[in-house]
Amino acid sequence: MVSDRRKFILGAARTTGIVALGGLMWSAYVDEVTANKLILRPPGALKEDDFLSTCIKCGMCVEACPFDTLQLAAPGDNKPLGTPYFIPRDIPCYMCIDIPCVPVCPTGALDEKSVTTNDVLDINIANMGVAVVDTKNCIAFWGIQCDACYRACPLLDQAIYLEYEKNERTGKHAFMKPVVDSDFCTGCGLCERACVTKKAAITVVPSELVLGSVGDHYIKGWDKSDEKRLESAHAQINTTEISKESAVDSLNDMGGLLDD
Amino acid sequence: MINLYNNYRFIILRRLTQVAVMLLYIGGNYWGWNFIQGNLSSSSLFGIIPLSDPYAALQMFAAGAVITTNLALGALIITVFYMLVGGRVFCSWVCPVNIITDAANYLRRKLEFNKIQKRQPASRNIRYWVLGLSLVLSYILGITAFEFISPISITHRAIIFGLGLGWAAMLMIFLFDLFILKNGWCGHVCPLGAFYSGIGKVGLIRVDHNEEKCTACMKCKEVCPESQVLFMVSKESLQVLDGECTNCGRCVEVCDDDALNFSIRKLQKEKK
Repeated sequence: MVSDRRKFILGAARTTGIVALGGLMWSAYVDEVTANKLILRPPGALKEDDFLSTCIKCGMCVEACPFDTLQLAAPGDNKPLGTPYFIPRDIPCYMCIDIPCVPVCPTGALDEKSVTTNDVLDINIANMGVAVVDTKNCIAFWGIQCDACYRACPLLDQAIYLEYEKNERTGKHAFMKPVVDSDFCTGCGLCERACVTKKAAITVVPSELVLGSVGDHYIKGWDKSDEKRLESAHAQINTTEISKESAVDSLNDMGGLLDD
Repeated sequence: MINLYNNYRFIILRRLTQVAVMLLYIGGNYWGWNFIQGNLSSSSLFGIIPLSDPYAALQMFAAGAVITTNLALGALIITVFYMLVGGRVFCSWVCPVNIITDAANYLRRKLEFNKIQKRQPASRNIRYWVLGLSLVLSYILGITAFEFISPISITHRAIIFGLGLGWAAMLMIFLFDLFILKNGWCGHVCPLGAFYSGIGKVGLIRVDHNEEKCTACMKCKEVCPESQVLFMVSKESLQVLDGECTNCGRCVEVCDDDALNFSIRKLQKEKK
């Protein structure tokens, strides 16, 4: 005879088990599908983690884009499902001055403030990513004259500028090497689109992926404004066996070797 | 012919609204129609009025996202609307997945699977657990947990923005409902339906049962996707007040005895 109490306990245990198992699989799956960091977002997008929790996947930015740049990730795209992204080699962001994709966002996942200067929308400060030049496969670095990316750049001579260098091999020609300035590059991808090599030798990648951060330990001593970075720095002093005394004393301490 | 119309009038109307809603969204995306833009997760009506899925907003809240006024207002409008007409009106009159699950259910009846598999092996309360779990996971992961797996969203996005492998999700639901569990997705698992069941408890449009006219043919219970809500049929004259009723009207149209009809909720309890 099985008592009601035993039945109830077994039932409760089974429910707990199923919920735990389901929750585990569910969270593992969601974690997995949102792990892709190699994805370019529309202008004004929040940081990836915040973007993933804030984007409601309505596709209004996609509809607002006049160039069909943006797409929503469908199953099989191996991108966080339903979120907007673009592939610059196919269709780059043409950097519309009225940025139609951003104000339509109902949830603020595309943040108008991040692309506004003095109360006016300003696409030039957008940060969708940053272009990276593959100097091995860029033909300008071989000495062949090509400035396709430089010409295509909407922030010409700011985001991409040319560095001139003598070509020692021929002795009479110049290299015109494209260099990206990440302070200005918006990651629109017009350069990647324009690149003449079979697979683009200049590629846009998410900024967090490739840009470093100097931290507090180094400053440009010649640049007054850079010292501001140190205002928030804090010093931490450790006391160990050898730092108890001053450095000189510590070095001269022979541990009683010369004592008589 | 009139009989045919009478027996299918709501299903025709429902398919029309479901297709029309999707068509308006498709027009908004591809042809620049200004009526409604976005999709069922969030959209803008006439380019001004925000509409948002309150369940998605709830997950965002659980995930710790900042809720904009636009989103809150949109979710509020939708919530109030479905509170008035009955929460799961969304399920049977708007949601495109309903077409898939209804098709599976129809085939199931025609192939007489229901006679082989009489006892349903799963509880209809699973959906409330899924609903709870989705909010807990959203909180823990800081991500809208259900929105990243939702076959509903996959389906309407596939219809409005392009298919991808979206058909696989649709097929999965169809096969699940056909072979594994009767009313499997909509009636057992879907947390969005569970959410709207909660909202729908206070809905004003209600199916009303008149026991005196009922001949206990039980056609209504056979077609009803949530047949537990019709517990009073042939027993008692009552309104169907369970939030799980989707107001699909199937029971009303198949009833040959005029014992089931749409009505407005009786706000005061009748004295016996």
